[in-house]
Amino acid sequence: MSKPTDLTIAAARAALARREISAVELTRACLDAIARLNPRLNAFITITAESALRQAEESDRRIAQGMARPLEGIPLGIKDLFCTAGVRTTAASRILGNFTPPYESTVTAHLLRDGAVFLGKLNLDEFAMGSSNATSAFGPVENPWSRANDPETRLVPGGSSGGSAAAVAARLVLGATATDTGGSIRQPAAFCGVAGIKPSYGRCSRFGIVAFASSLDQAGPIARDVRDCAILLRSMAGFDPRDSTSADLPVPDFEAAVERGVAGLRIGIPREYRMEGMPAEIEALWQQGIAWLREAGAEIVDVSLPHTKYALPTYYIVAPAEASSNLARYDGVRFGAREEGEDLRDLYERTRAAGFGAEVRRRILIGTYVLSAGYYDAYYLKAQQVRALIRRDFEQAWERCDALLTPATPTAAFALGEKTEDPVAMYLNDVFTVPANLAGLPGMAVPAGLDAQGLPLALQVIGRPFDEETVFAVAGVLERAADFRATPRLIA
Amino acid sequence: MSYTIQGATGPWEVVVGLEVHAQVISRSKLFSGAATAFGAEPNSQVSFIDAGFPGMLPVINRECVAQAVRTGLGLKAQINLWSRFDRKNYFYADLPQGYQISQYAHPIVGRGSVEIELSDGSRKTIGIARLHLEQDAGKSLHDQHPTKSFIDLNRSGVALMEIVSEPDMRSPEEAGAYLAKLRQILRYLGTCDGNMDEGSMRADVNVSVRRPGEGFRTRCEVKNVNSVKFVMQAVEAEARRQIEVWESGGEVEQETRLFDVARGITRSMRSKEDAHDYRYFPDPDLPPLVLDPAWVEELKASLPELPDERRARYIAMGLSAYDAHVLTLERETAAYFEEVAQGRDPKLAANWVTGELFAALNRMKRDITDPPVSARHLGELLDLIADETISGKIAKDVFEIMLETGEAPRAIVESRGLKQVKDSSAIEAAAAQVLAAHADKVAEYRAGKEKLFGFFVGQVMKAMQGKGNPALVNEVLRKLLG
Repeated sequence: MSKPTDLTIAAARAALARREISAVELTRACLDAIARLNPRLNAFITITAESALRQAEESDRRIAQGMARPLEGIPLGIKDLFCTAGVRTTAASRILGNFTPPYESTVTAHLLRDGAVFLGKLNLDEFAMGSSNATSAFGPVENPWSRANDPETRLVPGGSSGGSAAAVAARLVLGATATDTGGSIRQPAAFCGVAGIKPSYGRCSRFGIVAFASSLDQAGPIARDVRDCAILLRSMAGFDPRDSTSADLPVPDFEAAVERGVAGLRIGIPREYRMEGMPAEIEALWQQGIAWLREAGAEIVDVSLPHTKYALPTYYIVAPAEASSNLARYDGVRFGAREEGEDLRDLYERTRAAGFGAEVRRRILIGTYVLSAGYYDAYYLKAQQVRALIRRDFEQAWERCDALLTPATPTAAFALGEKTEDPVAMYLNDVFTVPANLAGLPGMAVPAGLDAQGLPLALQVIGRPFDEETVFAVAGVLERAADFRATPRLIA
Repeated sequence: MSYTIQGATGPWEVVVGLEVHAQVISRSKLFSGAATAFGAEPNSQVSFIDAGFPGMLPVINRECVAQAVRTGLGLKAQINLWSRFDRKNYFYADLPQGYQISQYAHPIVGRGSVEIELSDGSRKTIGIARLHLEQDAGKSLHDQHPTKSFIDLNRSGVALMEIVSEPDMRSPEEAGAYLAKLRQILRYLGTCDGNMDEGSMRADVNVSVRRPGEGFRTRCEVKNVNSVKFVMQAVEAEARRQIEVWESGGEVEQETRLFDVARGITRSMRSKEDAHDYRYFPDPDLPPLVLDPAWVEELKASLPELPDERRARYIAMGLSAYDAHVLTLERETAAYFEEVAQGRDPKLAANWVTGELFAALNRMKRDITDPPVSARHLGELLDLIADETISGKIAKDVFEIMLETGEAPRAIVESRGLKQVKDSSAIEAAAAQVLAAHADKVAEYRAGKEKLFGFFVGQVMKAMQGKGNPALVNEVLRKLLG
């Protein structure tokens, strides 16, 4: 048998069931890997070794009693944006201080209900704002991959779920929770050569997840392959009466869809995603993806999403607007860090100036500006109108196809510090991922190849609202065709 | 004659509109399950949602929505089947989320109206512009510590209805009457308890003045006035202030002011320039509120009788307009009256409730919700009058004993032998004695001094300790004197 940390969730599930490995052994293997590699990767903000082992012992008892739950004994990492009862939750921000929620997010509660073992809390961009994991108050995360000809240059894992993607890629965890507001699952998954799905808006409850932009935020899994994502999503998803935007729909057996194939499916290729200056490697990968799907029996159709070019500017109005309001509660009054002041206003100013990093401050300022009297109509209202047009683009596309195939990112992982001086260049990372958030659609990144420097590249599959099954079916075909087996340099 | 204030340069008309914040009667808050009871220990009724904790989300309370719809129906207003919640953003220590959730652009209730009655008996219709649902903030306590402020979040998230009138009122009296009528309607509906001293109802009063016949001039808003009396005082004080400004050649600035109850004047709180930019935008945590028309119809069908309808019904029952008005002012009074009047003469019931009972309540400083005589006992007393067990006069004595002892009227009449004497032979004996004792007066009567008849009736009643049946006493005397 291979090393325990090499096991996918599906394989671990089988191995645990056959008693080839115990949950405690599996958890220990992960904790050992974390102890060895995390000092370099910085993927974890908090490691909960003790409680993880206790959970694993409980899992072993359950397995022995024949009472195993769907994720019994599977060691996972939790993005530190999910509130976890009794475990410090930071959103990678100083402003939350030592905030330890007395409540559990619905998504993590579902995972615990299904027997998962939590190894700790994973690093991210502060309040999930970023595409490189460089804005974390707990330091950047390093991508376990590096360029073949330049192994010394440290690369970013993408963001905001950089800790989740890096931990999965380096095999510190079998899977991880993540969230995606504009690409925060799919972009880091692509940069780290792992799979990640942002489900439809409303598929997973947002209750207990620190809010960034409420109309866009959606939780989803990052895992080693498509099947593992399907397994995790099935546990994470489900209606929650505590989230008024959660969808009251049954959760399908996503795993069953992975092998479904694409014969007879119509796959749309949105022509507006062919961007000027896009690297030839990305274009080539996209063509390769098209060829794989056609060979597997799909019909390829050319579609148009005419408002695509407005998606990024629209996103960078809507998301900061909501964030500026969502982050108002971090004021030093009731929880988290506080800087004492002369009076209330001074307390607010000192607390928020010390507590928020530069990128978060920038977005609060942008958001406050676009909602201000005199600017609201020109920015926020206009953005909402454009958002409706983008949604309509997709609705029209669904008349001609069942899923869309696009590149996941315009580039492979870049070097730490490379784009930090130019926020707009950084924001361009999300150009292919943002439209699915604006329209509330499921989108999945699947590793599909390597660039000339040996870095992973990914394709994105976008589906109809609440049709994650078709997304998994298409992603499954791409994954089998790509047969992506490359591994990063830093690996357990 | 319409109300004007005489300034140095001529008469001024007053224009008033009210924004009333009414706390919704509901067990739990607008977006959380925390309790809403008044007077609980500070911070004992606060959920993580009300305290604005990370990751917490609002979920609308169906009962609060029903209450808003009931209120809208009671105000004869349009119910908007599609409404939406917005965020009103501002920082304050007692506003945990950093924003208030409120229906800014799309309220749940649209235009309606309230009819008021004025002291001269005239009636006037005041327009309602809108009613919307919103959350209350917490409470800051600045007097508990020399350098710190305390925060109580019990109120944070409690559902309020903001009821906005048109600028239709033209005098302090009209403003007072409107607030009183609104309070009455809400209390009848059971949607707000109207306890203004507990802060369940508070009014922001918009006042401007103008020359008769002019269009509107700049208005000022007097914040948080918490009684009908203070609203009337605030309107007058603010109107007089504005008249002085205009007449001295100045210009009234749009601003927010406070009413200083002790000094009877308004003071500037913040000017228009200092006004917050609230950055309203639709709350992305809450989908639009869509009401099922059938549900609204259900609420409409189950609406209680409102004061105006009840008043009309009482008048139709034969009550005077005044009695009907007085008895319907408070829902509890009307309920008491109806129990007394049930199956009895409504006029007699009204007389007793507005007469003896109200006098007793006044004297004993008690409330109709805590009456010294139950409606059941008072009804029994009326039965004793109706079946001539006692006379109306004895009934008043019985009522006094009921006040003192709380005993049932029948028991009092039995135990104290107050039963009316209807035996004509006993009355005849008493009458004969009286006539014999006043032979001189009998002679005068017979000589034509007929008004002495009343004297004989009185003497006979006195001799019988008031228990003689008045009709029989009259009959017997006429016979003996005739």
